[in-house]
Amino acid sequence: MDQHAIEVTDLHKSYGDFEAVRGLSFHVARGEVFGLLGPNGAGKTTTVEILEGYRERSSGSVQILGHDPARATRELRRQVGIVLQSSGFYPRVTVREAVQHWSLLYPHPRDVDEVIGLVGLTGKEDARAGQLSGGQRRRLDLALALVGDPEVIFLDEPTTGFDPAARRTAWGVVQALKDMGKTVLLTTHYLEEAQTLSDRVAIIKDGVVVAEGPPAELGVGGDRYRVAYDQNGGRVELETEDPTDLLHRLTGDALARGERLQGLTVSRPTLEEVYLELTDGGVETETEVE
Amino acid sequence: MSGATLLWRQYRFERRLFWRNPSAAFFNFGLPLMFLLLIATVFHTDKTELNTLIPGIAGLAVMANTFTALAFNLTFYREQGILKRVLGTPLPKGTYFGGIIASAVTNAVFQVLLIVALGHLLYDVSWPKDWVALFVFTLLGVIANGSLGIAFAQVIPNFDSAPAYVNAVFLPAIFISGVFYDDRHLPSVLKGIAEALPLKHVIDGLHGAIVTGQGVADNGGAVLALVLWGAFGIYASIRWFRWE
Repeated sequence: MDQHAIEVTDLHKSYGDFEAVRGLSFHVARGEVFGLLGPNGAGKTTTVEILEGYRERSSGSVQILGHDPARATRELRRQVGIVLQSSGFYPRVTVREAVQHWSLLYPHPRDVDEVIGLVGLTGKEDARAGQLSGGQRRRLDLALALVGDPEVIFLDEPTTGFDPAARRTAWGVVQALKDMGKTVLLTTHYLEEAQTLSDRVAIIKDGVVVAEGPPAELGVGGDRYRVAYDQNGGRVELETEDPTDLLHRLTGDALARGERLQGLTVSRPTLEEVYLELTDGGVETETEVE
Repeated sequence: MSGATLLWRQYRFERRLFWRNPSAAFFNFGLPLMFLLLIATVFHTDKTELNTLIPGIAGLAVMANTFTALAFNLTFYREQGILKRVLGTPLPKGTYFGGIIASAVTNAVFQVLLIVALGHLLYDVSWPKDWVALFVFTLLGVIANGSLGIAFAQVIPNFDSAPAYVNAVFLPAIFISGVFYDDRHLPSVLKGIAEALPLKHVIDGLHGAIVTGQGVADNGGAVLALVLWGAFGIYASIRWFRWE
């Protein structure tokens, strides 16, 4: 039972009559980076906050490193690092003081300067938290979550509001955590981020998992291919599991009519397309399914 | 690391935060001293007034450094998400709040002693006649006001509105509880309200300890009122505590 760092089975959470999470199940193996994707209101943050021990579930079971987070013991807290979606800090405390003070809360902390370096705050050690930019404060959040050398790290939208360069740095940190064998649960709005960092992702919608797997496999969406070409000034898109047969018919018809198939493409849906389709966020397209 | 070491570190951390926030340091710490020096200078020949003023300002200092300071700080920490962040660490909740409360108590106790000393050295008010009573009423005042400050923070919706909420309680309380003048001439309705609130009982106890030499046993009513308020404050703080 202990082989998975995170084990969620049939999780339910209701607020009054509203069911935010309705039977969610997934697991995260030790050393895995797992991405949780979904539109706002899908139940991502509710789920993560139940896993972090901030909210109580209505039913189902949750195990983090073999512990139930609803009975969040110090033992579990020592092994978990949390970056909340938004949280401020004492504005008049410097970066080094903050990381130093936080390190004392844990039995086997990482080196303070090493952590500051890891998140890219070297040179800002003596700056007060209130003087940091938004991105720098987010790095401080990351440093405070990592200084206790946790086994499991929750990152709730860690790079929201970052410029592309800062995002690359943050990705490097997650990669470094992965190299150290840490388990990371990441929620994000950025599909590119999920695709780059995650070993596996789960897409959730209306409180249930609608797709789960390695991003590359989700991206190919099983055996689906998309064939598209231009016709009469419009674009025709067709989906098929057997592109050989479809292309044979299309090209045969075109040749028979003496036409060319302008702009012909054969592609497999990207993670973004799968995501938008599954979450109903997609742009309406003229799509025929074979 | 032992619990005591952890508590000590947390306390030191809070002390550092206190001194780095000049406006809070002024309002909690400087204001009572300013009142003392201004009013005592005006009435420096009036012995009766001074004997009312010194225990009154000491009571005000207890309220400012515990009730007001804790209501402000906890509202700020909650709104900033600091409470939620701390909840996610292995730091025991008791240690975290222990550090915050101990820092507030330090300010209150130090200031009561400072006011008593200034009263004697500058204005010739006697040294406390009953040190035990001074200690007991400072302690009871700190417990009642501190726990009510934490409970009151649960009522304050956000940090922007904190000054309005806190002063709506603090200012009327200090005016009707006999901080600046003898409350014998107060209309009976206001007197009744003051009797129901804790500050007047802190001041009565401190007045007995410093001026008349009344001990703890002579002020049983005040002790009872403060114990009841303290019990309510502690219950309400825990029962309705909001982490976010």
